[in-house]
Amino acid sequence: MIDWQSLTGGLLIGLACSAYLILDGRIAGISGILGRTLGGKNIWPGAALLLGLAAGPVLWRLATGAWPDMTVSAPWPLLLISGFLVGFGTRLGSGCTSGHGVLGLARLSRRSLVAVICFLGTGVITATLLPFLTGK
Amino acid sequence: MAIRTLVAFLCGLVFSFGLILGGMLNPATVLGFLNLAGHWNPSLLFVLGGAVCLTFCGVRLQRHLSRPVFETTFQLPTARQIDWPLMAGSCLFGLGWGLAGFCPGPAVASLLMGHWQSLVFLLGLIGGMKAFALWKPI
Repeated sequence: MIDWQSLTGGLLIGLACSAYLILDGRIAGISGILGRTLGGKNIWPGAALLLGLAAGPVLWRLATGAWPDMTVSAPWPLLLISGFLVGFGTRLGSGCTSGHGVLGLARLSRRSLVAVICFLGTGVITATLLPFLTGK
Repeated sequence: MAIRTLVAFLCGLVFSFGLILGGMLNPATVLGFLNLAGHWNPSLLFVLGGAVCLTFCGVRLQRHLSRPVFETTFQLPTARQIDWPLMAGSCLFGLGWGLAGFCPGPAVASLLMGHWQSLVFLLGLIGGMKAFALWKPI
């Protein structure tokens, strides 16, 4: 069974990554762009990409009249810890789902394949075990 | 300068629409995919599959170009070695990803939606990146 809506979403992400690569010559890896923007060096056009990313749901709301679905179940201390691990981990590992997962795999990078196996593996283990540990 | 910035903004916008349409903006969908013991939701496979396939074509096209359309040179990663920072960092990222279902793209994209959870996650994210910069100034 093909999930056409998710596939269309994926194709749009691929279109954005390809266009950024071909037109601006850069990798649309969000953690890398975020890290460089926070570091304050050569922030454009990375900062513009982040602004476009944040503007998406606002335009979506203007067009459809409703915000996209979003449910967050984690309590705030867990969100803070999770954010810290994602921030530190993506800088140490040089990428996240977009940089390694989309562009790295598309560029047939062995480094990115290893990164994806590591973060998908630990992500699956964590998300599968957490409900047992917290009793939810 | 201006055209490159506009292109980047539009790429971010299209990326964002992709995240929304694919359901990846929603941490509940992401956890539904990562949690194998729950009601498994495979939709992320289609998001990632579609994104990688189209980008693969984009990369083929890019390799035929001597320079980007609006820039003088391509700025691509050059590292090749598979080392401990790559693996340890990716494992830490996966651990954080599995705890709440947020990764950097969706976290930034959901910033203006009015959920306090995105802000708390982003505070942690910025803290983690700053901690890395202090630990290893590059």
